[in-house]
Amino acid sequence: MIKWLLAWRYFFKRPISILAVVAVALCVFIVLVVMTVMNGLLRDFKQKNHNYAGDCIIASDSLVGFGYYEDFTSILEEQPYIEAVSPMAKGVGLVHLKQYKWDSGIEIHGIDPLLHSRVTSFADTLHYQKQTPEDAFRPQYAPQSDGCITGIELIPLGRRKTDGTYLYHDKPMRMELVISAFPLNIKGGLLRSLDLVSTKSFYYSDDSHSGLVKVDGAVVYIPLEQAQILCGMDSPIKRISSLHIRFADGESVQSSVAKVRRLWDEFVAQNINKPGGSLFSNVRVQSWQQNRRSVIAPMEKEQIMMTMLFLMLGVITVFIVFVVLYMIISHKSKDIGILKSMGVSMSSILGIFLLFSIFIASTGSLVGSVLGWIFLYKINDLEDWLYKNHNWQLWDRTVYAIGDIPNQVAPEVLAIIVGSAVFACMIGALVPGLQAARKKPVQSLQVNQL
Amino acid sequence: METIIKTDNIKKSYKMGKTQLEVLRGVDLSIKKGEFVAVVGASGSGKSTLLHILGALDTPDSGSVHYQDQRLDRLRWGKLNHFRNKTVGFVFQFYHLLDELTVLENAMAPAMASVGTVGWPSLKPKIQERAYGLLERFGLKDRIKHKPYELSGGERQRVAIARALMNAPPLLLADEPTGNLDSQTGHGILEAFKELNAEGQTIVMVTHDERIADQASRTIQLLDGKVKS
Repeated sequence: MIKWLLAWRYFFKRPISILAVVAVALCVFIVLVVMTVMNGLLRDFKQKNHNYAGDCIIASDSLVGFGYYEDFTSILEEQPYIEAVSPMAKGVGLVHLKQYKWDSGIEIHGIDPLLHSRVTSFADTLHYQKQTPEDAFRPQYAPQSDGCITGIELIPLGRRKTDGTYLYHDKPMRMELVISAFPLNIKGGLLRSLDLVSTKSFYYSDDSHSGLVKVDGAVVYIPLEQAQILCGMDSPIKRISSLHIRFADGESVQSSVAKVRRLWDEFVAQNINKPGGSLFSNVRVQSWQQNRRSVIAPMEKEQIMMTMLFLMLGVITVFIVFVVLYMIISHKSKDIGILKSMGVSMSSILGIFLLFSIFIASTGSLVGSVLGWIFLYKINDLEDWLYKNHNWQLWDRTVYAIGDIPNQVAPEVLAIIVGSAVFACMIGALVPGLQAARKKPVQSLQVNQL
Repeated sequence: METIIKTDNIKKSYKMGKTQLEVLRGVDLSIKKGEFVAVVGASGSGKSTLLHILGALDTPDSGSVHYQDQRLDRLRWGKLNHFRNKTVGFVFQFYHLLDELTVLENAMAPAMASVGTVGWPSLKPKIQERAYGLLERFGLKDRIKHKPYELSGGERQRVAIARALMNAPPLLLADEPTGNLDSQTGHGILEAFKELNAEGQTIVMVTHDERIADQASRTIQLLDGKVKS
């Protein structure tokens, strides 16, 4: 019983314990804020990639693509675990915007907008045709013309506002985009020897804002058939670059991908000897995580690095608590001697200091968590205020494609941080606590007079 | 009378820099139940060291210490803690009270040390009653909520005596209990010891003052680390 009483009194009566509480609170505050923002950014980034790619992607590594996709799409559509399938023809090309005399390299994405919206969140990325993706390639100002959808960052019209949102007109502006592509034959060579480049005019019909800088800054969506013609994928066998699949609700992505992989292997075995069958060797069946690995991995690495940095901060906390406890134990040497002379066991003396460290950690964690939560709750307001009054932003929204700063505290992250703080403090208390517990009563009392 | 504690040829030395200082050079003594023994000797004669060894706060380099049938210098930690908690009560020259606790809590401390958190609620009333009784006996009834630093030297020493008696130990050891007090206050403390002894309490008291030692029923004199008489 005495260990509880003394630990409690040491905690309340020693001003130095306030220092330890402040140290723990600051650490918890900083780690909570940084982890929440970093985790939020990563979660958001992953979600955007998932939204962009669908659940599963059957994609060719080659720009030549692969054929017989309609046959395989029919097989896929018969599977109960598959909700929808969308083919995409990809190519590289150039865009020329006549009225602005502006050119840029682009990625051509040929899609069926309705199908693609069933597989991915494509429709949600649109501005004007969000509710009617089937009309996405029909410009409102010229419904009979071929339309195109540009990534919102592609045309540098300076539409991004300082708060990260975009300026839109009531209706899409009339813009003619001349798209040129390099049609490839099945062997990967240029299709036509005389007319090396395919060129076609499209009319801007909408923007796509996926939140992925590389997509929004480089992609032009056009109808699938047009993309196939432009990229030489229309003959002699119709080809695409990828099939995007959405699984039915409740289906596991991992096991469904494995099932699709088995179907694909069987399909390839049956069709490998057909003309263009050799193109199957470049095709891979991947989950969205595997497919988007190259863009997600650097951000994950960054997060791991941040976590490591904050682990070092945790080490500093341990050291601070160690110093505080060491000082307290030095001042309390006499008390330890008194307790030992009364028969208080080593474990109880160690227990006093461990309990003391738990009180410090719990109070510090509580204070740090509450302050962190309040700060995160207000972080976007605070950033707005800083921008309005001091013209300063954490992330310049005209440069970074970030909306609001993520501020949703994940309970599991909070639990890990608080648990680590308590553990770190206990480690910090363990060494001086053990030293104190192992002292002889006479050493502690300093009464070894002769 | 039955021997309560006995030492056989105990020796103790300390290292002071590069030299080894022999403090006890073979002390033999036995103390009987109910005795009030004063250990006297000049400064540095080893009387405090002897008292610490008798109270199991320190161990001899050689020789043996027996409490009844128990050999103290060979006790394991658990039994050693039990001995310090239940068998011996220690009164120090500088009181050694816990500043964070009130007078009442200081008096209850030895009992609290032996009671777990689970057992505390049921035992608390009994323990508190005992502590109240002891503090009342030593004239501290009105000071129970005070902190040690709010008390006079004599009051602190009386709290220390109450604490030492909390678990009703068979043996009370006092190291210069009046050494830090004025003569009148010291006299009061001695009276309290004599009263306790009259009730059957065995007391071993270390003092350098022959007049105080005269109050005890027997005097043991230490000279150069050995018992002279």
